[in-house]
Amino acid sequence: MDRRRFVALSVLALPVRAYAQANAHVSTTDPLVFSLTKGKPVHAGRVRLELPKLAENGHSVPMSVRVDSPMTAAEHVRAVHLISEKNPVREMASFWLGPRSGRAEIESRIRLNGSQRMVAIAELSDGSFWSDALDIAVVEAACTEDG
Amino acid sequence: MALSRIRMPQQARRGELVEVRILVQHAMETGFRRDANGARVPRNAIHSFACRYNGADVFRATLSTGIAANPTLRFFFIAAETGDVDFWWLDDDDVEGGAKARLTVT
Repeated sequence: MDRRRFVALSVLALPVRAYAQANAHVSTTDPLVFSLTKGKPVHAGRVRLELPKLAENGHSVPMSVRVDSPMTAAEHVRAVHLISEKNPVREMASFWLGPRSGRAEIESRIRLNGSQRMVAIAELSDGSFWSDALDIAVVEAACTEDG
Repeated sequence: MALSRIRMPQQARRGELVEVRILVQHAMETGFRRDANGARVPRNAIHSFACRYNGADVFRATLSTGIAANPTLRFFFIAAETGDVDFWWLDDDDVEGGAKARLTVT
């Protein structure tokens, strides 16, 4: 495909992409998101991602994610995925839970390569996906050069 | 085997939520860093973590270099029977680590 045709096709594809995106948090056509959801819609809500608004440096930023779920055998959280917008490894972590977890709440410390938007996607036992997103400003990135 | 520190109650009532905090001593090398001689330090991070209670997984995680050095995790599980709580992890060099705790259920 020559460049001219590629550009023309891209312009055509843009509104389709915007239309398919019902949730402002995540793009369901993002290959990484798609690999998790297999194209299913991701609803906004039920997930609460917590990060400081501003981090002095990105080496170790406290992160907590909570999903609103009764955590019973019939209705529980299967997995929580953490996705970074700007890190060289975008798939930060996945946590796998079940009815024995009792509470869908996980805390850890993460590395951030600069100011960005973090997204948490939860997969529920009924097969639905829910998400939350948060912008965080990082003064000094967990530098990929010599950090 | 990497060192670790676990904070977890030793006793719990049946059906009670047990809060687990674990810190594993691990550099979580990103593979982007260079040492003093300018040579690239190869990537080595814990990529898999599991918590097994009485032989069944109650929590699993796949981690990456996006997790800070000396990774910490905090999660929950429900106390059912008195038994062992085993922690297990594996890094990119295929080095396994583990820790054990005991939960007495009253």
